Amino acid sequence: MKEICADEITKVVENLCVDACTKLGKDWWQAIDDAISHEESPLGKEMLQIIKENADLAASTGEAICQDTGMAVVFLELGQDVRITGGNLYDAVNEGVRRGYVKGYLRKSVVEDPLMRENTGDNTPAIIHVDIVPGSDLRIIVAPKGAGSENSSALKMLKPADGKEGVLKFVLETVEATGPNACPPMVIGVGLGGNLEKSALLAKKALLRPLGERNPIPHIAQLEEEILELVNMTGIGPQGLGGRVTALDVHIEVYPTHIASLPVAVNIQCHAARHAEAVL
Amino acid sequence: MTEIKTPLDSEVVDNLKAGDRVSLSGVILTGRDAAHKSLVEAYTAGQDLPVDLRGQVIYYVGPCPAKPGKVIGSAGPTTSTRMDPYTPLLIRELGLKGMIGKGNRSQQVIEAMKEEKAVYFLAVGGAGAYLAKRIKKAEVVAYPEFGPEAIYRLEVSDFPLIVGIDCYGRNIYEEGKKKYRRMPSNA
Repeated sequence: MKEICADEITKVVENLCVDACTKLGKDWWQAIDDAISHEESPLGKEMLQIIKENADLAASTGEAICQDTGMAVVFLELGQDVRITGGNLYDAVNEGVRRGYVKGYLRKSVVEDPLMRENTGDNTPAIIHVDIVPGSDLRIIVAPKGAGSENSSALKMLKPADGKEGVLKFVLETVEATGPNACPPMVIGVGLGGNLEKSALLAKKALLRPLGERNPIPHIAQLEEEILELVNMTGIGPQGLGGRVTALDVHIEVYPTHIASLPVAVNIQCHAARHAEAVL
Repeated sequence: MTEIKTPLDSEVVDNLKAGDRVSLSGVILTGRDAAHKSLVEAYTAGQDLPVDLRGQVIYYVGPCPAKPGKVIGSAGPTTSTRMDPYTPLLIRELGLKGMIGKGNRSQQVIEAMKEEKAVYFLAVGGAGAYLAKRIKKAEVVAYPEFGPEAIYRLEVSDFPLIVGIDCYGRNIYEEGKKKYRRMPSNA
């Protein structure tokens, strides 16, 4: 049994919040360069170059890439041979978020009651998902998620008869409905199967996969390519101003589902595809 | 590139066309969901407003806190459509002339813009660090209790914008999308 101290988790989460909001991954830099070279619209190309310049500036100055530093979505893959000592796991994560958002001069964007809407002042609580996995490591992923793209997301319980065509149509409808609002070029996370909440969680997790990587199931990988091609034919383009690059990538995650169900969740991510991780 | 200074008048607005590149300098105000709601509630209740919007431009932004020695933190536009329910009143009754944001606007907002000659500018969404560099001064002038949603008075210099919707209702999003759309006929 490996012991991990709650304080250590807090420290790691604190740093991951700052890192995620100021630095994008290697896969993102490759994807934005590819987008710049593929974009046909001069204005679209210019928008992509500004997006890249902004990311450069954020990484070098430590300013947030985007002022919407989001709600902190924290994924924990907790090895079953790990024992947390010196405090409560959820408290440790929230304390890390609290400190990280102060340390990084990040915006506090959480309201306590959805209807009364008073800011909690410290960006907590985080949204925490825990998976128990084999082994004795704790993998922590912090994925701050802004509301512009989150509000553009949607879920639908399709009929099995709707099939692949139905999935394609729903993803396209969702993208067309949001257009410029989600700060394209976007990343599209799709959760297919499971039930209502499982599909939503799969869609969110799909956003964590490195850009350019395909689902290992061949026909799902093919569907990803097909959706990406269609989305990039909509003409929405960078910032919605018209162009070829509406999405940087489409990732689909699947799970077995009920004989009567075909749930599909579409989680839209803006161009600032932020996530950072560490393993304890 | 058209260089303009705030405050705006109908003549300046009249000359701006959808798709124009604009470099804006001068004083602008920030405002987003909570500030819009409060302004409209105060106006409806017949109370004095904390800011004068005549000829003004509102930037839909909730900035990050400023680091020591900096004017402001990351400060890009938020999605404008959330302000749509409040905007026609701000244009018609309070004299608002310009807005800076990202994304589509409602038909009601566009109608008010056409009637009163107001303009909707776009700033690059998700380019908060890039845009913050063009903000030279920032102070909270109303609703400090709203935190990032307070109304700030900003002084900007060569703030890079695109005219998104002009006072004739022309919309750069619609035109740009149409130009690059290549959907197969069965999709």
